[in-house]
Amino acid sequence: MSFGQLPYDVSHLLGGGMLLLSFVLLYQRRVGAVINALALQGGILALAAAWQALVQGAPQLYLTALIAFGAKAVLIPLALRTLLRRLDLHRTVETALGIGPSLVAGVALVALAILVVLPITAGSRAIAREDLALALSVVLLGMLMMITRRNAILQVAGLMTLENGLILAAVGVAGMPLVVELSTAALVMMLLVVGGVFVFQIRERFDTVDTGFLERHRGEAE
Amino acid sequence: MQVFGAILTQLLHLLLMLAAAPLLLGVTRWLKARLMGRRGASPLQPLRDLDKLLRKRPVLAENASIVSEAAPYVAFAACLLAAALVPSFSHGMAFAPFADLILLAGLLALARMALALAGMDVGTAFGGLGAAREMSFAAFAEPALLLSVLNFTILAGNTNLDLIAATFRDGALGLRVSLGLAAMAMLAVAIAENGRIPVDNPSTHLELTMVHEAMLLESSGRHLALWDYGAALRLTLWLSLIAAIFVPFGAAPAGSGPLAWAIGLLAWLLKMGVLCLALAWFESAIAKMRVFRVPEFLGAALLLALLGAALLFVSTGLA
Amino acid sequence: MLTLFALCLWVLVLLAAVAVPLGRHARAGLVLHAGCLIASLGFVAVALGVLLTGEPVESQPLPFGPPWAPTRLGLDGLSAWFLLLLGIAGSAASLFAMDDGASGHPLPPRALPPFPLFLAGMALTLAATDAFLLLFGFELMSLASWALVAAEHERPENRAAARLYLGFAVLAGACLVPAFGLLAGSAGALDFAAMRAAPPEGWRAAAVLLLGLLGAGAKAGLVPLHAWLPLAHPAAPSHVSALMSGAMTKIALYVLARLLLDLCGPAQPSWWGVPLLVLGAASALLGALRANLEDDAKTLLACSTIENVGLITIGLGLALAFRGADLGPLAALAAGAALLHALNHGVFKTGLFLMAGAVLHGAGSRRLDRLGGLIHAMPVTALAALIGVAAAASLPPLSGFASEWLLLQALLAGWRVSDIGFQVLAAAGAAVAAMAAALAAAAMLRFFGLVFLGRPRSPRGAGAREAPIFERAALLLPAGLTVLLGLFPGFVLGLAAPALQGLVGPVIRVPARGTWLAAGEGATGYAPLVIALLLALLLGITWMLVRRRSPAATARGPVWNCGFVEPPPHLPFGDPLTQPGAAGIAQPLRRMLGESLLRAGETVDMPAPGETRPGHYAAGFTDPSGPLLLAPVARLRDRIAAEADRLRHLTIRRCLSLSFATLVGLLALLAWLEAR
Repeated sequence: MSFGQLPYDVSHLLGGGMLLLSFVLLYQRRVGAVINALALQGGILALAAAWQALVQGAPQLYLTALIAFGAKAVLIPLALRTLLRRLDLHRTVETALGIGPSLVAGVALVALAILVVLPITAGSRAIAREDLALALSVVLLGMLMMITRRNAILQVAGLMTLENGLILAAVGVAGMPLVVELSTAALVMMLLVVGGVFVFQIRERFDTVDTGFLERHRGEAE
Repeated sequence: MQVFGAILTQLLHLLLMLAAAPLLLGVTRWLKARLMGRRGASPLQPLRDLDKLLRKRPVLAENASIVSEAAPYVAFAACLLAAALVPSFSHGMAFAPFADLILLAGLLALARMALALAGMDVGTAFGGLGAAREMSFAAFAEPALLLSVLNFTILAGNTNLDLIAATFRDGALGLRVSLGLAAMAMLAVAIAENGRIPVDNPSTHLELTMVHEAMLLESSGRHLALWDYGAALRLTLWLSLIAAIFVPFGAAPAGSGPLAWAIGLLAWLLKMGVLCLALAWFESAIAKMRVFRVPEFLGAALLLALLGAALLFVSTGLA
Repeated sequence: MLTLFALCLWVLVLLAAVAVPLGRHARAGLVLHAGCLIASLGFVAVALGVLLTGEPVESQPLPFGPPWAPTRLGLDGLSAWFLLLLGIAGSAASLFAMDDGASGHPLPPRALPPFPLFLAGMALTLAATDAFLLLFGFELMSLASWALVAAEHERPENRAAARLYLGFAVLAGACLVPAFGLLAGSAGALDFAAMRAAPPEGWRAAAVLLLGLLGAGAKAGLVPLHAWLPLAHPAAPSHVSALMSGAMTKIALYVLARLLLDLCGPAQPSWWGVPLLVLGAASALLGALRANLEDDAKTLLACSTIENVGLITIGLGLALAFRGADLGPLAALAAGAALLHALNHGVFKTGLFLMAGAVLHGAGSRRLDRLGGLIHAMPVTALAALIGVAAAASLPPLSGFASEWLLLQALLAGWRVSDIGFQVLAAAGAAVAAMAAALAAAAMLRFFGLVFLGRPRSPRGAGAREAPIFERAALLLPAGLTVLLGLFPGFVLGLAAPALQGLVGPVIRVPARGTWLAAGEGATGYAPLVIALLLALLLGITWMLVRRRSPAATARGPVWNCGFVEPPPHLPFGDPLTQPGAAGIAQPLRRMLGESLLRAGETVDMPAPGETRPGHYAAGFTDPSGPLLLAPVARLRDRIAAEADRLRHLTIRRCLSLSFATLVGLLALLAWLEAR
């Protein structure tokens, strides 16, 4: 497979779409928009998995796609949204590194991913090579997001992006064993993390009921 | 015969652009109003406004110079020439050899400069403010545009719009991630260049939102008509440009006959309709951003285009 | 041909000699500058002759020169191209200065003799065929221009500018002498033909690259060695500033091109282009941004010169890179862009500086905040300025756009060098060049808008007079040439064919077809003549149709300004607060880019309620070269001075022993060198 062939192009495009959404995640200033982008990324991941299932003739990947869609495009975003509304968290993104610099850092990380993956995978087929580069970029951007954002929800979002990248890499490689199990396990971990944040935030709320708590958190809003 | 066809399509294209520009603006406004739950003015309203304004004589400030008188014509002519270069329903028009993307950016810059000069001519606060902001935005939009052009150049080996569109129409390139990234960058640049939400609000005269409108405060009568018509042409030109590069399908190839032209025209109208709808939807779904956040918006576009180019470097290195 | 050239040189030297005793005569300025005009026109004729025949010319050995080798004058394509530029800029500047009595601002007599020497030094640099003569001309140029910068030394800022300028000129010389020395090699052959025959290799080549970049870059105003340029160019009288910005920086670039592209031979590797590309991009961005923040007209123009020098350097760097990667046509494209932009910028920047001089004479100030509305009082100057500004803002169909089009095409072709690092660098360079062009447009709008549009900002500015006759002619000459160069860049580039062959190889085709500029075989082109005609046609048709629909003439009324009220009677030019000033127009870019790149800041000093003093707003910025380069150097200088000061307290015996030790040391060095 190479450029100009439909199976390759579509999977490439879906991978590129996920990368683009990773940048959208970095660019957004509002938590609500971040959750939307996250849901969209989950949806695209499901599409990518389904496409690979079709192309590789591997029906178990349909299951991955289904799980990804159900959990990442629907359930977790809904849960995060509920969390946001019920706990009345502040809606703006708090950054440790500004939006502009983190975008520049993101591009640099993508360049790094390309430079790392291409020599390592020399000799294998083109599809694996560029998709792997894209997936690694998504993983790195997720990590960057976890480092540079202060809100707990955004750190969850970063972790989810990271995991999306890993699954993208896994489904892209034909004949990789245990993809379904892997993605399910990762999903369980994600659910645990989301639940953990939920519980943690509730405890936090009970500990501090005075409004000074809110004031402090609004400090960086413009 | 080929030459005759080229000239004929060029003339038809020019007329189409002139006719479609106010209509597209009207349709976008109407769609936006409908999406917001209002009834909205008729899509023909911009045409009526233009007709009314064109009959009126302009009133200039006492200290206005020749710049105020000449600038509307210069800007309009530059916009019109730029619009004449962007293919709509057919490729291989008479001006196709000149349809260079960098020249297109230059013509738009000429129109922008004329507008900014007119804004500063009388020496009012708003005019100067709008001019300074407009030129500052351009400083971020132009590099993003040029890097998008770099993506097309690598894929098509050319900066000529007609050749790029023809190459992409043949579909030999397949779907490219880089093109998607370049498309995002181009869309952001188009929004900024046309002063649409979230960069500028085209339908208010509030101080806070003023970039484009601020420079027009002193114009009236036929001058105002020319400015408005020029702005409408610019919007049409950008939509047409995006359609010509990213969805070039349906346009008649060079040297084809009237039937292909008719199909191309239908396809073009369809594309414009979809783009107008998308624009109206986007504008009603999003709020205007602060002026000093615009560099971030355009900077993100710049980075995306750079990313697209980097991915292309990799894949050309692989092939 | 060379006889005419030598004659012109002699005329200039004679004029300088005569100007010393006769400088106080009332008509001395007129006669002297008329002589310079004739000599400059002679340069144009010689340059055109060489370029049209395409054959390099070389003279008999000169009767003077260093004792070890015969010195010859000679012109090849490259030097003739720059001589053409020098002739045009020199003619306009001399013509402008012929009015110095009539304009009411007579030049001080001490500013007269260095001017012809300045012209002669530049011409000599171009006509040198060996390193000795080139360096002699280069230093003559530096010294003469230093004298001109220091001509109005009553003002302390001019003295400081002249001192800084001299420092950088010394640096340039100190780098170029060893660079040529390394090229000459152990044989010590100083003529260019011998240097070409034995191109440097290894560390020697790298050292030549570094020293050449430092030496020529310091003179051309490349970042980070640009600190002197925005100070020195405005300090000189206007016609000298025009010549310094228009021609002298180009002479430095000529030396750079001669050194790196010609004398070092065609076999240098591709990465040689990278430092030029990076420095050029940095200069372009910084210069264009600073031009948006300055509030002195001539400083603004000087910063725009830094930007254009950067763009030309990008072109030269790309040419080096493409040539190293065996991409001949692309190298021709990049080098053609650099040469064309050098000429175009030389012409329009000369015009703009002369225009700033005319405004200074007519309206009494260079500060943007004291000018305004001059288009009514000085229509001819305004027209010339508008053309220059549009070219500097790279708007089609004027000359700036043509060369910038070529440059962008060359940058967009950067990906053909098959090295991903360079590809990304070229892409970033393209983005920076586009941003610099847009920033330059913003700066030029600010310049023209504040000086010529709007309302007067001071009583002196309101009483401005149109420039006298020679000044107007001197303004219209570069303006007309700018239009012509913009409409026929293909022909002009055709003239540059011998120069291009000198830079990138003998069998190179010029990137032009007739009036078209072409980016390569079968690739896209730019036809300015057609575009201009189409624009004029559409303009005419639009005007006709619109006026047929609405034939009524325009009416005049009070300014609308969103319904703001009339100003009180004690403010005859309207309320100054309702007109944006230099700091106001700069505000968006200062906040968007200046804060991060130039550490720009604003302070507002608001009086407390009840206080009667006025509020005060100040905006400023710090060029990074100040704290990062100049301050450490100044500290180093002070330390060295302190050390040297200790020597003054030595006894005579110790002083003598110091000299003796130096002498013995040098002799020992000589003995060691001979033994090798």
